[in-house]
Amino acid sequence: MSSFFSWFVIIGTLASLLYFFLLLQMNRTGNKPGETTGHNYDGIEEYDNPLPAWWYWGFIFSIVFGIGYLLYYPGLGNFPGLSGWTQVGQLEAEQALAEARYGPIFAQYRDIPVAELANNPAAMKMGHRLFINNCAVCHGAAATGSFGFPNLTDSEWLWGGENIETTLTHGRTAAMPAWQSVLGDAGVQEVTEYVLQLAGREVDADLSARGEVHFTTYCTACHGPEAKGQAMFGAPDLTNEIWLYGNSRMRIEHVIKNGRNGVMPAFEPRLGADKVHILAAYVKSLSAG
Amino acid sequence: MNEFIEKNIGVMMLLILIAVSFGGIIEIVPLMNQSVVTEPIKGLKPLTPLQLAGRDIYIREGCSTCHSQMIRPLRSEVERYGHYSVAGELVYNHPFLFGSKRTGPDLARVGGLYSDDWHRAHLYDPRSVVPESIMPGFTWLFDTPVDAAVLPAKLRALRAVGVPYTDADIASASEGLEGRMESDALIAYLQQLGLLIKERR
Repeated sequence: MSSFFSWFVIIGTLASLLYFFLLLQMNRTGNKPGETTGHNYDGIEEYDNPLPAWWYWGFIFSIVFGIGYLLYYPGLGNFPGLSGWTQVGQLEAEQALAEARYGPIFAQYRDIPVAELANNPAAMKMGHRLFINNCAVCHGAAATGSFGFPNLTDSEWLWGGENIETTLTHGRTAAMPAWQSVLGDAGVQEVTEYVLQLAGREVDADLSARGEVHFTTYCTACHGPEAKGQAMFGAPDLTNEIWLYGNSRMRIEHVIKNGRNGVMPAFEPRLGADKVHILAAYVKSLSAG
Repeated sequence: MNEFIEKNIGVMMLLILIAVSFGGIIEIVPLMNQSVVTEPIKGLKPLTPLQLAGRDIYIREGCSTCHSQMIRPLRSEVERYGHYSVAGELVYNHPFLFGSKRTGPDLARVGGLYSDDWHRAHLYDPRSVVPESIMPGFTWLFDTPVDAAVLPAKLRALRAVGVPYTDADIASASEGLEGRMESDALIAYLQQLGLLIKERR
């Protein structure tokens, strides 16, 4: 605050207090107890008595309290108050207190490897709470996922079952491009047919054979030569029946045509490394394999 | 004098106005001139046209009836929502969308908290992702195109109250929005909320 406004506040506030005090004193002088003021409202008259004492002293107490408050807490312009209190200071003190109390509870598991921690019942109880608060909103309370949000209880890991902590820490963005402009309508249909064949469905052999040519040219770079997927790119295994975006021909065609860029947000900035570590172990413990 | 004031209602109104504005002038006016209130924090940019369209949908649908955008400096709030809101983040907000009722969670730092896909699922049918949610679905946002034609006028109006849009921004405000639905605009708006200040919770 500029010093002009600082003084503006100080003078304005103190002048108000002084004004209230003087008003109170004015009200006490010149009364004629027992007589009426001369006001007459429909026969109701008003005594000219002074303010009752308890009321007067109540006002005086308020003014004195106000002065004390303004001295102790910040209130008079740039004057920080004798206590040095600030709302951010109070917040930081409470946070430091909480960190000192709760920090070690999370930190005690810091050096235990994820695989080992997944068998620790106490840590997994904490992991469950963290999961419900932070992860269930997408992956579901039972971690079984839904359309576009991976099931965490199966055996497939898009980004690698050993990389869960990295995934949680930094987040992930999938990069399945849209192939419509490259393959055309016919090409997309052929690749769809081949992908269905990879998963073991009954397909049109002709279309699928042509789809395989496209697949070898464009898709193996990420999904791997055997379509088993590569965790490095978050490319899923296409040879099983685990589908993130639906298992119908139409759904699969849609993905190939338009691409998919699923996003897993980063959690380290929000939770800190210790909680992420526990969560990683919890997620690992959910997995079937 | 008492009698004079009581019997001249015009004079009494004037004096009442002076009396009640005194506290306001001393409390509010100095705050309006503080640099933490008037200067944008580092990196703050005006909303893009798409985000601005989304903001107006946020206002139109009454989101701030149930969602606040104001994280107070209390540990419980900072723990849940992130760093407390600061005035410098909000200097381009006209109007402010603080809200005062949290039927739903605070949204001041919802940007990046969920993926765009999640927001789509959630806006269309909130219970598909949050079973206990009481938020209504906003299905019509998904088949109503963004009204791009009015955006240059909106940018001009905001510039008039101090948001630093350039002439080039205003000239190109309607471009590139073909086929964008209101849901895209609203999600674009939500995804930028509160990104500038990050703090571990």
